Amino acid sequence: MSSIKVAGGRARPAEAATNGGRREGRGLGAGEEQSRRFWRTLDEQADDPQFVEQLYNEFPSEIEAITDPVARRTFLKLMGASLALAGVTACTRQPAEKIVPYVRQPEELIPGKPLFYATSMPLGGVATGLLVESHEGRPTKIEGNPLHPGSLGATDVFAQAAILGLYDPDRSQTLTNLGDIRPWSAFLGAVRAALTAQQPLKGAGLRILTESVSSPTLAAQIRDVLARYPSAKWHQWDPASRDTARQGAKAAFGEYVDAQYRFEQADVILSLDADFLGSGPGGLRYARDFAARRRPDQADRMNRLYAIESMPTSTGARADHRLPAKPSDVERIARAIANAVMPGPKGPGLQDPAHAKWADAVAKDLQAHRGRSLVIAGDGQPPSVHALAHAMNAALGNAGKIVVYTQAVEAKPIAQLDSLRDLVADMTAGTVDLLVIVGGNPVYTAPADLKFSDALDKVQLKVHLSLYDDETSERCQWQIPEAHFLESWSDARAYDGTASIVQPLIAPLYGGKSAHELLAAMSDRPERPAYDIVREFWSANRGSGLNRTPQEFEVSWRRWLHDGVIPNTEYAPKTVTLQSGVGSRQSGVDSRQTPDTSHQSPATGGIEISFRNDPCILDGRFANNGWLQELPKPITRLTWDNAILVSPATAAKLRAEGAPAFEGGEHGQILSHIVELKYRGRSVRGAIFPVVGHPDDCATVHLGYGRVRAGHVGTGAGFNANSIRTSDALAFGAGAEMVATSDNASLACTQYHHLMEGRGMVRAVTRDEFVRDPKSVHEESGGGGAKDETPPKIITLYPAVEYTGYKWGMAIDVNACIGCNACVVGCQAENNIPVIGKDQVLRGREMHWLRVDTYYRGPAENPETYFQPVPCMHCENAPCEVVCPVGATVHSSEGLNDMVYNRCVGTRYCSNNCPYKVRRFNFLLYQDWDTPSLKLARNPDVSIRSRGVMEKCTYCVQRINAAKIDSEKEDRAVRDGEIKTACQQVCPADAIVFGNLNDPKSRVAQLQAETRNYSLLGELNTRPRTTYLAAVRNVNPELGE
Amino acid sequence: MASSHSSQGTPPVIAPGHTFGTVTDKISAIVLARKTPIGWYAGFAAAFALTLLLLVSLTYLVLKGIGIWGNNEPVGWAFDITNFVWWIGIGHAGTLISAILLLLRQSWRTSINRFAEAMTLFAVASAGIFPLFHTGRPWLAYWLLPYPNTMNVWPQFRSPLVWDVFAVSTYATVSLLFWFVGLIPDLATLRDRSQSKAGRIIYGMLAMGWRGSSRHWHRYETAYLLLAGLATPLVVSVHTVVSFDFAVSIMPGWHTTIFPPYFVAGAIYSGFAMVLTLAIPIRAVYKLEDFITMRHLQNMAKVMLVTGLIVAYGYMTEAFIAWYSADKYEGFVPLNRLTGPYFLAYWSLILCNVAIPQLLWLKRVRTNVPILFIISIIVNVGMWLERFVIIVTSLHRDFLPSSWGMYSATFWDWSTYVGTIGLFLSLLFLFLRFLPMISIFEMRTMLPEARVDEEAI
Repeated sequence: MSSIKVAGGRARPAEAATNGGRREGRGLGAGEEQSRRFWRTLDEQADDPQFVEQLYNEFPSEIEAITDPVARRTFLKLMGASLALAGVTACTRQPAEKIVPYVRQPEELIPGKPLFYATSMPLGGVATGLLVESHEGRPTKIEGNPLHPGSLGATDVFAQAAILGLYDPDRSQTLTNLGDIRPWSAFLGAVRAALTAQQPLKGAGLRILTESVSSPTLAAQIRDVLARYPSAKWHQWDPASRDTARQGAKAAFGEYVDAQYRFEQADVILSLDADFLGSGPGGLRYARDFAARRRPDQADRMNRLYAIESMPTSTGARADHRLPAKPSDVERIARAIANAVMPGPKGPGLQDPAHAKWADAVAKDLQAHRGRSLVIAGDGQPPSVHALAHAMNAALGNAGKIVVYTQAVEAKPIAQLDSLRDLVADMTAGTVDLLVIVGGNPVYTAPADLKFSDALDKVQLKVHLSLYDDETSERCQWQIPEAHFLESWSDARAYDGTASIVQPLIAPLYGGKSAHELLAAMSDRPERPAYDIVREFWSANRGSGLNRTPQEFEVSWRRWLHDGVIPNTEYAPKTVTLQSGVGSRQSGVDSRQTPDTSHQSPATGGIEISFRNDPCILDGRFANNGWLQELPKPITRLTWDNAILVSPATAAKLRAEGAPAFEGGEHGQILSHIVELKYRGRSVRGAIFPVVGHPDDCATVHLGYGRVRAGHVGTGAGFNANSIRTSDALAFGAGAEMVATSDNASLACTQYHHLMEGRGMVRAVTRDEFVRDPKSVHEESGGGGAKDETPPKIITLYPAVEYTGYKWGMAIDVNACIGCNACVVGCQAENNIPVIGKDQVLRGREMHWLRVDTYYRGPAENPETYFQPVPCMHCENAPCEVVCPVGATVHSSEGLNDMVYNRCVGTRYCSNNCPYKVRRFNFLLYQDWDTPSLKLARNPDVSIRSRGVMEKCTYCVQRINAAKIDSEKEDRAVRDGEIKTACQQVCPADAIVFGNLNDPKSRVAQLQAETRNYSLLGELNTRPRTTYLAAVRNVNPELGE
Repeated sequence: MASSHSSQGTPPVIAPGHTFGTVTDKISAIVLARKTPIGWYAGFAAAFALTLLLLVSLTYLVLKGIGIWGNNEPVGWAFDITNFVWWIGIGHAGTLISAILLLLRQSWRTSINRFAEAMTLFAVASAGIFPLFHTGRPWLAYWLLPYPNTMNVWPQFRSPLVWDVFAVSTYATVSLLFWFVGLIPDLATLRDRSQSKAGRIIYGMLAMGWRGSSRHWHRYETAYLLLAGLATPLVVSVHTVVSFDFAVSIMPGWHTTIFPPYFVAGAIYSGFAMVLTLAIPIRAVYKLEDFITMRHLQNMAKVMLVTGLIVAYGYMTEAFIAWYSADKYEGFVPLNRLTGPYFLAYWSLILCNVAIPQLLWLKRVRTNVPILFIISIIVNVGMWLERFVIIVTSLHRDFLPSSWGMYSATFWDWSTYVGTIGLFLSLLFLFLRFLPMISIFEMRTMLPEARVDEEAI
C-alpha cells in the first residue's frame, strides 16, 4: 500500500512538469493570460485596452494625450520613463535613514520650548477651537483656543483625549483591499473605474455616506461630485449630532435653523432633558456663561435652573430643582408648563400632584422672567418637544434675545435617520454600485432594525475611510486609513458658524488620507493635497474684504491660521417665524411627523428604555481611547463598561442589584447582576447598576460599547446597546422587559459611596440663607460648626514656616463645577498619567491625580448632587511628609508638596497617612515603555514614573517653573494668571483657580478670602493649600429645598 | 508567679531520676546519636516545599511588582505589614523567656529558653522579609539605612519606618548574640561527643575554643547577664516602635496612644502561644516530657491568660475612647469594625483572642495538653486577625467616603505568608536536628545534684 502511494506521489510532479508548458497557453483564464503575456515594447503593452483603461483611471488629466494619436507618443515617452522607474523601485533597498540634529535651526523652534498652533476639532459637525502644544514637531497637549467662541480656552474630554487618539497604535495604518495592503494608486484605479462605470448612469449607483459635515470645503467638494453625477446621493448619519434638534427646528420654523443660547442673559432656565453644560454644540461656551451667572457674591444676578430629566446628568446636578421623569413623561410635563405660559387652549393638567406643583412653580417663574428666561429641549427628546421649546421661548419673548436663531452650522442639514433609511432601502434594492463611506462606523451605529450590514453586502464596491479598521471596514472592500484631524488640513464651523482652518500638527503617522483627498480622488483632480484644496476654497470663496489680491489673501490666511478663527464668519441672527399651531396640543406638528416618536401613548407596563451616547466614548468612536475608557463617567463613576442604569427601586423590584464586591469594593469592584433586556424581540445582556435620582420603571443604556473591532483597548468592553435599538425608538421607547439572571458581572467603579456620612466634604446653602448670613455655609449640620475649623497655629510645637516668596495655592469652586471631567483628562495628558486597565481599576488602583468626587445630599429618590474635584491639597502640615522614611516627599519653599520619584522606595506609608487619599502608587509597571507611537504622546517636561513609585498632583510644577524662568529673565514677579494648571486651563466653568497666595490681589487669594472658602478636613490641622468654595443653590421658595 | 508557692509541691522543672549524665545523654543524643525520626524528614520536606513557594513568590514579586498582591488605594498595607507585625510579635516570647525571666530568676525557663530564642530568631527572619519586600523597589530598600554616601542624603528620621529599621535590626542582632553565646558551652559538649570528624570540626569551630575552665565560665556568665540586660528593654521597645508605625499616623484607628503597651502585651501573648504550639509536639515527638513538664505548660498558659486579658482591655479602651472622644472619624472606626464589611474578621478576633482563652482559668484546661495545643493555635490565628483588623479596617474606610475601598488577598498574598511559615519551620527543623534544643548545661544546674554541690562549697 504505502509503497504504491509513494510511487504515485513521485510520479505526479513529473507529469506536471511535462504537461505544464503545453497547458499554459490554453488552460488559463483570459485575465491571467494577459498578465503573463510577454511584450516587447511599451507600445505593445499600452495598446492593450485594459492597460489604456488603467492609464485613464490613474492619469485622468492625461486622457486627452492618450486619445490624441500625435501627443500619444510624447505621453508614452514620459510614461516609459516612469514605468521603467516603477520597475526599478522593486529592486532597490530602502535608503538608510540617518538622524541628524538640526544643522540650521528652524525659525522659532528652540529645542525644549514648546510651540503652540491653532487648529480645531470637528465633532458631530461642530468645531471646537484648539491650541495644540508641539514639542519639536510632535503634538503633546491640547488646550482650548481662547479666541474661539466655542471654546474660550476650555475643552471637553474628547478634545483632551484626542492626543492619545492620534498616537493610538491600533489606528488603521495601511490602505487595504479585502485585507491586502495596496498602494493609493491601486485604490485610485479601482474607484475611478467604478466612477467611469457610473458616468453613463449619471451616478445613479453612487452613494456617499458622511457624518455631519460642517466643513465648507468638504461640502463644496461633495457638491462638485454630485454635480458630476447628478443622480448620485449624499447621505449623512452621525450618531454624535442632533437629529431631533434639527427636526424640531424644521417643525417649528419650516426650515433648518440652529438655536444659540445666551446664558449670560438668562435668569430662569428650564431644561427639558437637556444636558447643555459642557457637552454638545457650544456646551463649553454655555458652561462658562452659565457659571458666570451663578456667582454667590453677586447673589441678585444668580440664575435659576430647572431640569426635568431621566438619566441624571451634570446639568441636572447643577439644577436648583431637578424633577426626575421618564423620557416619555417629559413632553407631558413640558406641555403642562407650556399651557401655563402660552396663550391658547389649555390642555389637561398633570395628574401627579408633585409634578403639577412643580410645573406650576416653574411656569410662574418663567412668566415672571419674560424675555429673560430660556427653555431648552434635550437631544433625546422628540422633535415635538424641541418645537414646543421653540414655541415657549417665542411665547415668553425670549426668541431673538435669549435664544438666537441662525442659519444651520451644518453644510447640509437633513433628517439623518430618514437619510440612512433611504440609503438602506437603495442598497437592499441593489441599486447602489459604489458606496463611499467617509468616516463613521454605520455597521455598528445604525439602528438594528435597518439591518444596515445586510444591505451593505449587496453593494458592489464599498469604500470606507476611517481612523480604525472597524466593524464597517470589515464589510467594505477598501479600507482607507483616515488622517487624524491633527494630521490633516481641513476647515470647520463652530456652533455659531465661526469658521476655522483645521491645520495639521504633524504629517500623517500612518500615511492616512483626509476626507478631502478621498473626495478629490472622485473629482477630476485626484492627486491634489488637502492643503491646496482647503486653501483654494478659501481664496476663491472669500471675495469680501480681506483677500482681494493673492498677497492680501496670504496675509489673512496666515492670520486665520495663527488665530484659529476666520473673523466675521459667524452666522448673523436670523428672524424666524413660528409655524402656526406649533406647540399647541392639537397641532399636527407634535410628534407623529417624525419616525422616532412612536411612544405617544404612555407606557403600558414594562420598562421604558432610553438610549444615550456614552459621556466618555460617545457613540463608540472613542472606544479605543484608554484615557476615555478609564475616565469615570459623571454620576455613575463607572469605567470601562456601560451598564443598564435604573433607579434603586426598580433594581430592588427586579431583585437585581449591584453591591460592592469584596475585591476592590466601594471604590473598585462592584459586583452586579446581569440582566437580560428585551425590547421588541431583540435582547441584550448587561450588568445592572442602580443610580440614585433615576426615575423608576425606566432604564438608561449608553451606546458605544460592545464593540467587536475597536482595537486592543475597546474591543469587548461592555455590551452593544445598538443591538436592541430600533429606528422608531432611537432615543427611547416603552415596553421593554428586564429579566434578572443569576449571573454576575464585575463593574469597575471609582466611587460607589456617595453619602457624606455627616463629614461635610461639600458645604452648601440656599441663596436666601447665604444672603442673610454668608457664614451660614459653614454652619450646616454636615459641615460642622466652629469645632471643625482649622485649629489655631499656636498649638503646634514646631516653629511656624514663613513663605516669603511665592505661596502657591488653589481654590476650587464647588458651586461652579459641572463634573464634566475635562480636568481629569487634561491632567492625564499633561502629566503622562498611565492607563491601567479594567482589572486594575477593579482592584481600586486608578492613577488619576485628580478625581471628581460626587456626593449626594437630601432624599434618596431625588438628591442634590455635588461635584468636588480633589487634587493634592499641598498641605502645609502634610501628613505624608513626616512618615516617608527616605524623604522622597518634601516641602518646597513655595509650599508645594513635592514628590521625588527617584528617591521613592515605595513603602506606601505616605498614601496610608494621606487623609485625602490623593496619592497614587505604581503597583505594577503601568507605563507603556514599548509602544513607539505612545512615546511621542508624552509631555517631555514631566518624568515618566516607573513601577514601585508613588506619584501625585504636583500643581503642574513644570508649568510653575517655566513661568518662573520666564519671569526671572524679565526680572519681574510671575503675574497672576500667568500660570494655569492643566486642570484650571481646560475647565469650562472656571471652577479652578491657581495662583500666589502671598499676592493679596491674585484671584486665588481673593477667592480664599471669601466667606464661602473652606478647607477639606481642615480640623485635622493639615492646612491644605487647596481650598473649596461652598455651593449656593438658588432655590425657588415656592418649591422649597 | 510560679516561684511564690514553689515550696508547696509545685512540680519540679525536671522529672525526678535524672543525673548530669542522663540529661546530657538525652539531649545531645537527639543531635548526635539517635536516628533522625522519619517524621523529621517529612516535616522538613513539607516546610522546605513552602520555603520554595516563598522563593517563587518573592521572585515573581520582584519581577512584577506589588500589584500581584491585593494592596490598593486606600489599603496601602495589608498582608505584608500584618505578617510583619505578627512575626515580630511571635519573636517576643523568646526574648522575654530568655532575658526577663532570667533576670527575674524564673528557673523554669531553662527547659524552653533555647528553642524559644531560636524561635525568636527565625520569626525575626520571617518578619524581616516583609518590610523589605513590601516596598515598591526592594532593591533600593537600603536607602532606609543611614549610610554615608556622596549625595549626603540621609533617611528621614521623623518617620517611624526608620525607627523600625533600627529597632528590628538591633533586636535581631542582640537576639542572635544572646542565643549564640548561650549555645557555646553546649556546642563544646557536642564537639566532645561527636563521633564524626565533620561534626567535631564544625561544632569545634562554633564552640570557639570553649574548654569549660572557670575563667570561661566567669566570662560566659558576665556576657550572658549583660546581654540579658540589653535584651530586656528590647522586649518593650521593639513592639513599641512597631506600634508607632500606626500610632504616629493620623489615621483614625491607628492614631492611638494605647498602642505601645497594647502591642507589647499582644506580642507576648502571641509569642507564648507560638512557644506552646511548638513545644507541645516537640515534647511528644522527642519524648522530652521529663524536661518540658506540665509545670512549663501551665506557666505558659498562665502568661497567655494574663497577656490575653491585657489585650482584651486594650480592645475595650480603644472602643471606649473612640466613643468618648466624640470625634466622628474615630467613632466610626469601631462601628465599622463591628458592623462593616470586615465584621467577620473582627468577631473572629474577639472569639479567638478574648473568648476562648478564658478557658485557661480552669486548671483542667491548662493541664489538658491537646486542648492547650488547640488554644495556642487559636490565639495565633487571633493575633494575626488582630493585626489584619487594625491595618486593613482602619485604612479601608478613612476620612473621605469617596475613597473608601475594599481589600482582598490574592494567591500571592497567601503564598508569601504561607511561605514565611515554611521558612520559619524549615529553620526550626534544622535547629532541632543540628543543635541541642534544650540547654544542656543549664538543665544540669536544675538537678538536685547541682544544688547539693553548691551548698557543699
